[in-house]
Amino acid sequence: MTSTGPATAPAPQAGAAEAAPAAGAAPVPAVEVRGLDKVFPVSGGGQTVALSGIDLTVAPGEFVSLIGPSGCGKSTLLRLVADLLEPSAGEVRVFGKPAGEARRGQDYGIAFQQAGLLEWRTVAGNVELPLQVHGVRKKERRARARDLLALVGLADFADHWPAQLSGGMQQRVAIARALAERPRLLLLDEPFGALDEMTRERMQAELARIRHETATTVILVTHSIPEAVFLSDRVAVMSPRPGRITRIVDIDLPNRVGAPGESGGLADADDVREQSAFFAAVTAVREALRAGGPA
Amino acid sequence: MTRATPTSPTTGPDIVASGGPASAATGGASARHDVAAAAPAWAGSPWRERLRRVLLAVAALVLLCAVWELYRAVGPTDGGRLFGVPVLPRATDTAMPHTWDIVAQLGEKEVRTAGSDTVGVAVAKAMWFSLRVAFAGLVVGVVVGVLLAVAMARLRIVERGLLPYVIASQTVPLVALAPLVAGWGGKLQLGSLEWERWMSVSMIAAYLAFFPVAVGMLRGLQSPGPNAVELMRSYAASWWQTLLRLRLPASVPFLLPALRLAAASAVIGAIVAEISTGTRGGIGRLIIDYSQSASSDASRLYDAVLGAAVAGLLFAGLISLVELALTWRRRHGGGRARPIRKVGT
Ligand SMILES: Nc1ncnc2c1ncn2[C@@H]1O[C@H](COP(=O)(O)OP(=O)(O)OP(=O)(O)O)[C@@H](O)[C@H]1O
Ligand SMILES: [Mg+2]
Repeated sequence: MTSTGPATAPAPQAGAAEAAPAAGAAPVPAVEVRGLDKVFPVSGGGQTVALSGIDLTVAPGEFVSLIGPSGCGKSTLLRLVADLLEPSAGEVRVFGKPAGEARRGQDYGIAFQQAGLLEWRTVAGNVELPLQVHGVRKKERRARARDLLALVGLADFADHWPAQLSGGMQQRVAIARALAERPRLLLLDEPFGALDEMTRERMQAELARIRHETATTVILVTHSIPEAVFLSDRVAVMSPRPGRITRIVDIDLPNRVGAPGESGGLADADDVREQSAFFAAVTAVREALRAGGPA
Repeated sequence: MTRATPTSPTTGPDIVASGGPASAATGGASARHDVAAAAPAWAGSPWRERLRRVLLAVAALVLLCAVWELYRAVGPTDGGRLFGVPVLPRATDTAMPHTWDIVAQLGEKEVRTAGSDTVGVAVAKAMWFSLRVAFAGLVVGVVVGVLLAVAMARLRIVERGLLPYVIASQTVPLVALAPLVAGWGGKLQLGSLEWERWMSVSMIAAYLAFFPVAVGMLRGLQSPGPNAVELMRSYAASWWQTLLRLRLPASVPFLLPALRLAAASAVIGAIVAEISTGTRGGIGRLIIDYSQSASSDASRLYDAVLGAAVAGLLFAGLISLVELALTWRRRHGGGRARPIRKVGT
């Protein structure tokens, strides 16, 4: 049950090269959110409406960013998709299954805003954690952890302790850990939030490359418009509380490192960031954010 | 001030209050409140640090003896009184024998008949007896404490229902409890197992030892933040897997100080229980015996107290070994070849 888990449901398109973000054409969406509301009870009798009427469909292989003002419910939406929270109303389906089933089937990997590594495990031990929980044998775990750490550029740090790593390195470990079960869906909550601009851009390029190599569907929460534009096929712009998706901006950047099937390939990241299409997309997202309300 | 019967589980013989050598045995009890405040300490100490600690301990002992002798030299022989209440011990041979007299007494014969043990041998034998009894109590106490903590961590209801009683259990005066337990034990018949007196003493030691373990362990089990718990949930990990991979390892830094307190409590519990149940063979009995002659010469009594202190120290050493075992992996590169020294902290 290492790679795909017990999820042998009728989902043949799995991680194949087919990754056209074309609407409607794809058989089963990777994520389908319908009429989702989330209300938190507040101590003292009141309630916080965190999300209201969210509809979102993410095609297999697609990269979608969630962007919006602080407190608009981005993390909440991600947690709902991950079945770490129960919706108050509406429905979340992941690869055609209810979110809970997808979680039990290990269809997604998640990385929270804080790296959240277990301090008593080495870097490799942290990456192995999900595999160990799922009963993967030691030798296999070791090999997988080594591959993943190489993927995030931390091959030399396998035996280090989390406390010996910088914040950015810890976040890369968390991303490697999220990839351990070869999930078809990657949920990332501001994974580069606390990084300096240069490291951040390097890690964005790495994420684009990882996504390119593994054909994973990604939902990324971010506060950075350029980051969202650089990485995404589509950017979902959210309004302040109660959070709604006010607009979805399609991003079309020539030469960008996208899904494996796409044209482009491994262009230089800086070239992508300097073309006019990039600035146009940034402007479009910024205007959508502004139109959403006081941000 | 040389009466040897303590009145509560946490105060040893009241000599201790004057800074006698038994402070090591009772220090743990007064530090009991620290169990919850104990911070995780993963840092493994290199050998130099360890040597420094040993030297510090020796220096502290020398300092203690020096202060003792200094007070003997300059202190009032009729004791210090404040508004008629005695606050300082009398600096006399009977109340405060010289440190060297206390040591010399160890070589004296216990009774003046041929073949009698020396005081030192008697104390060592009694210490061995008390240690074994306390160890049995410690093991039972740790097992019970850990199980209680796991049960409380598993079910909120159990925690709500049980925790107040766990805390209340420690306010029951031990001297009242001990004879009761001994009485029940006498009526107990577990199959072919004969209930012996020392088992009652062990039970009382366990009764004291389980508490810091239960409280510290519960805190440790609950220490992982919501992020870590959500992570395990995202892996669809069962409660047991979460316990095994997350909560138990997270509780180790909380467990270690708790174990230290539990060890000290077990020694105290065993000695006090020996005294109040009249069990022969251990330090407790020795304290009673020696205190009868204490009005003329207290050095023997101090030897018994010394034995109790050494017993406490031996237990502390034992816990250090447990600590080494539990943090071995942490300090030695996850069991892989290359040792890694932690940066900082
Ligand atoms: N467990 C909770 N209990 C109560 N209210 C909550 C809880 N989690 C989130 N909320 C509320 O839901 C709203 C959305 O929170 P969320 O964390 O999803 O925001 P966010 O968009 O991720 O913000 P940020 O960009 O600052 O991370 C907030 O108003 C918050 O107060
Ligand atoms: Mg958030």
